[in-house]
Amino acid sequence: MSARIVTANGLRDGEVLYLACGGRWSRDLAEAEPAETEQAEAALMAIAERAVRCRDVVEAYAMAVTVEDGAPRPLSQRERIRAAGPTVGTDIATERGR
Amino acid sequence: MYRYDEFDSTLVNERVVQFRGQVARRLSGELDEDHFKPLRLMNGLYLQLHAYMLRVAIPYGTLDSLQMRRLARIARVYDRGYGHFTTRQNIQYNWPKLAEVPDLLAELAEVEMHAIQTSGNCIRNVTADHFAGAAADEVEDPRIHAEIIRQWSTLHPEFSFLPRKFKIAVTGAARDRAAIKVHDIGLQLRRDAAGEVGFRVIVGGGQGRTPMIGPTIREFLPKADLLSYLEAILRVYNRLGRRDNLFKARIKILVASVGADIFAAMVEEEWRALRGGSLDLPAEEVARIAAYFAPPPFENLPAQDTGFEAMRFEDRDFARWCRTNLHVHKQPGYAILSISLKPVGGVPGDATAEQMEAVADLAERYGQDEIRVSHEQNLVLPHVRLRDVHAVWQGLVAAGLGAANIGLVSDMISCPGLDYCNLANARSIPVAQRIATRFADLDRQHDIGELKLKISGCINACGHHHVGHIGILGVDKKGREFYQITLGGSAGEDASLGDIVGPAFSYDDVVDAVESLVETYLDLREEGELFLDAYRRVGLAPFKEALYAGH
Repeated sequence: MSARIVTANGLRDGEVLYLACGGRWSRDLAEAEPAETEQAEAALMAIAERAVRCRDVVEAYAMAVTVEDGAPRPLSQRERIRAAGPTVGTDIATERGR
Repeated sequence: MYRYDEFDSTLVNERVVQFRGQVARRLSGELDEDHFKPLRLMNGLYLQLHAYMLRVAIPYGTLDSLQMRRLARIARVYDRGYGHFTTRQNIQYNWPKLAEVPDLLAELAEVEMHAIQTSGNCIRNVTADHFAGAAADEVEDPRIHAEIIRQWSTLHPEFSFLPRKFKIAVTGAARDRAAIKVHDIGLQLRRDAAGEVGFRVIVGGGQGRTPMIGPTIREFLPKADLLSYLEAILRVYNRLGRRDNLFKARIKILVASVGADIFAAMVEEEWRALRGGSLDLPAEEVARIAAYFAPPPFENLPAQDTGFEAMRFEDRDFARWCRTNLHVHKQPGYAILSISLKPVGGVPGDATAEQMEAVADLAERYGQDEIRVSHEQNLVLPHVRLRDVHAVWQGLVAAGLGAANIGLVSDMISCPGLDYCNLANARSIPVAQRIATRFADLDRQHDIGELKLKISGCINACGHHHVGHIGILGVDKKGREFYQITLGGSAGEDASLGDIVGPAFSYDDVVDAVESLVETYLDLREEGELFLDAYRRVGLAPFKEALYAGH
């Protein structure tokens, strides 16, 4: 099933975030709340725009996913990499001690 | 090396204070993103695919051990323990936090560094030959003039809002290691018939969507006229460059549309009005800047060092590294050392904090405290005594920096691509990694010889694919990554743009395609013939045949 979810970056730390149930922002794409209708997407974007105004996040936008077994999966390669991190496979691209 | 005077320090420190205030106002809500974004970009801070990215300027790619150690500290404290050296001789940090960037910039300012003019439509960090001051074939050290251009262009009010970004490269040698023909302005120091030193001026080269080899608009410009002439070029561009279309805004489009001769005439006319004014360079000011770049105190040494020769004879790995990573120095008994940031399976241009510190230690102990960043995403120790080369090599090997592949197929330029960049259409780094792994056998690489492979993840061409002997351009085809291959490009004094060989290859197939091209070359090359020379002799046909016959 195709749907859309809303994503943004944390303003202070730049971290990739997804809009989850209850208006919470999660680092985990699996927790993103899918919108299956235009109205549902508009409602999610309204929450996101408020979060932008409140300076929690920046650059919010909606993106296409497929939902399989309740879990959203991005349609584009760009969003798959954005969700999972760089695919360069060396240990230096992973978080170290912070 | 250049040292900040009071003016430089004040300017950089004031900018840190100013940006600290801007970040505070962004976080408190006084500034929204629309107003803040241009301010952060003026300080080199982007928002990329995963996080903020900070681009720090390394003027003409020169730094000392103190600065390199500070870059390492910043990687460790403010980022994830590594940094990425770029094709503009800069360093990028991939994971800084906005709230911490003012502190980061304050730490940079302490070692006379900053991130000003690493973004935006202004004159960007001026690049230079990474062998400057050391190369045997050099007329004069290009960094003296790169520094003069830096001082003139820094926060230049007339050129802070150009139609588009503007990149200047300077070389002091006939052998072009600075890719001057694919810059907005390329300057080459040369002698005229009377033996005077001046500049050849090349304008309107560039890569990206519309690649161009820049034409020469003046064969010889006296040194004292450098700034007035540059100002004349910038004025013509600022007035006539297109502001209505982002893709046609670079100076190359203007030069190509009016023609190089007419563009040159417009510059000369503008120059007549500027010449002989406040932009003329007084000889004593040039001498003051030049003193900062005076050669280090070289010892009088014999051209050969018996200890070095013995080690090269005894140690096969060392000998092989010397073949590619060692270059002729102008001073007898010294060598230029290239440090490859292209280990098999690594990320081209990346260095860990520990590696940066290892390089700083070696530079301090053996290298007159000087380090360079090359536009090919490697590091250089420009002044090492031959007798110390083996010790430096051992230090590099211990730090995981011993790759013996400078100029070989695994020494690729690669942009960050879709793994990090917001603009990319396809990944670059994993393709580079897979190619390097395929050609991991060093004997095979040495047998193939000089082969410059360059990869970009989108048409903006940050990975210089247009001027790769083999160029690879990542494209998006209906959500899948494909790679278009070009052949026969060169960024050197014989600059040329690559020819598209045929339909693009999938992510899975592109490495096989590269190997097939290399095998084709090996089959048809004449004795001692390099890849580029062979391509120029035979053209596309045999390579096309190898890639597409039977398809």
